[in-house]
Amino acid sequence: MTVPGAWYLTLAAFLFVIGAVGLLVRRNVLVMFMCVELMLNAVNLTFVTFARMLDDIGGQVVVFFVLVVAAAEVVVGLGIIVAIFRRRAGATADDISLLKG
Amino acid sequence: MDWAVFIVAAAVILTGALGVVTSRNPVHAALSLVLTLFGVAVLFVAQQAHFLAVVQVIVYAGAIVVLFLFVIMLLGVDQAEDLEVDPLVGQRPAAIGVGIAGLAAILLPILFGKWQWLSGQPSVVGPAHSGTEPNVNRLATAIFTRYLLPFEATSVLLVIAVVGAVVLARRPLSSERLGETVREEP
Repeated sequence: MTVPGAWYLTLAAFLFVIGAVGLLVRRNVLVMFMCVELMLNAVNLTFVTFARMLDDIGGQVVVFFVLVVAAAEVVVGLGIIVAIFRRRAGATADDISLLKG
Repeated sequence: MDWAVFIVAAAVILTGALGVVTSRNPVHAALSLVLTLFGVAVLFVAQQAHFLAVVQVIVYAGAIVVLFLFVIMLLGVDQAEDLEVDPLVGQRPAAIGVGIAGLAAILLPILFGKWQWLSGQPSVVGPAHSGTEPNVNRLATAIFTRYLLPFEATSVLLVIAVVGAVVLARRPLSSERLGETVREEP
């Protein structure tokens, strides 16, 4: 007996919300970035679940593209983090407030 | 059997996700992230998305988490963060309230069986599972025919990402450091 898709969707919703709350609560830039990855994975799980429920390969194609974009995003994001940390060591997200005015 | 796989994978996913959010040390958070990514890969296999499960393990657990660990190692930012201090008064309760509201907004259509509100109409790209053709073949057919242009666009995106990473990581020339006062020579 297969698990109904609603269970997968519920699990993905919980995963997404955990990632979102973590992004809002944590101050370490690297951990915030990991929370973004959690949210991306929740969305991927949702897409694969809908691909199974609606019997449509398009959902899995979207997940493929999301994986590529996530890889590019991590490369650029970690480059930015390295650049920030080179300038000032031990900075948290609260310290990077030059644009605050 | 399916339920056992789902329950174990769900427990692994949620444990890892909570570990990412609550662990004080960034290295522990990265290792918890690996746990979550493996759990999601297991659920991909359980839903016959075999190619995506393999890519998930190779790209996410293999490349992205290792990149995270490399950055942690290079920068030496693995000191524990004090989670007790609330930098902005009332930020944490507000964040948790926003999270509960968002969870309710996503969950209510699912629990009342109206998940079509979230997915829209079934599209006509092609069946995912019917017949005996493997999932990899179906995915490749879709990517290289109907989605060929987005697939080519991702190559441009990756080139831009590589160039951007090189530009960001490059040590700035001395003539470009005008007006930088806080910078110290490493």
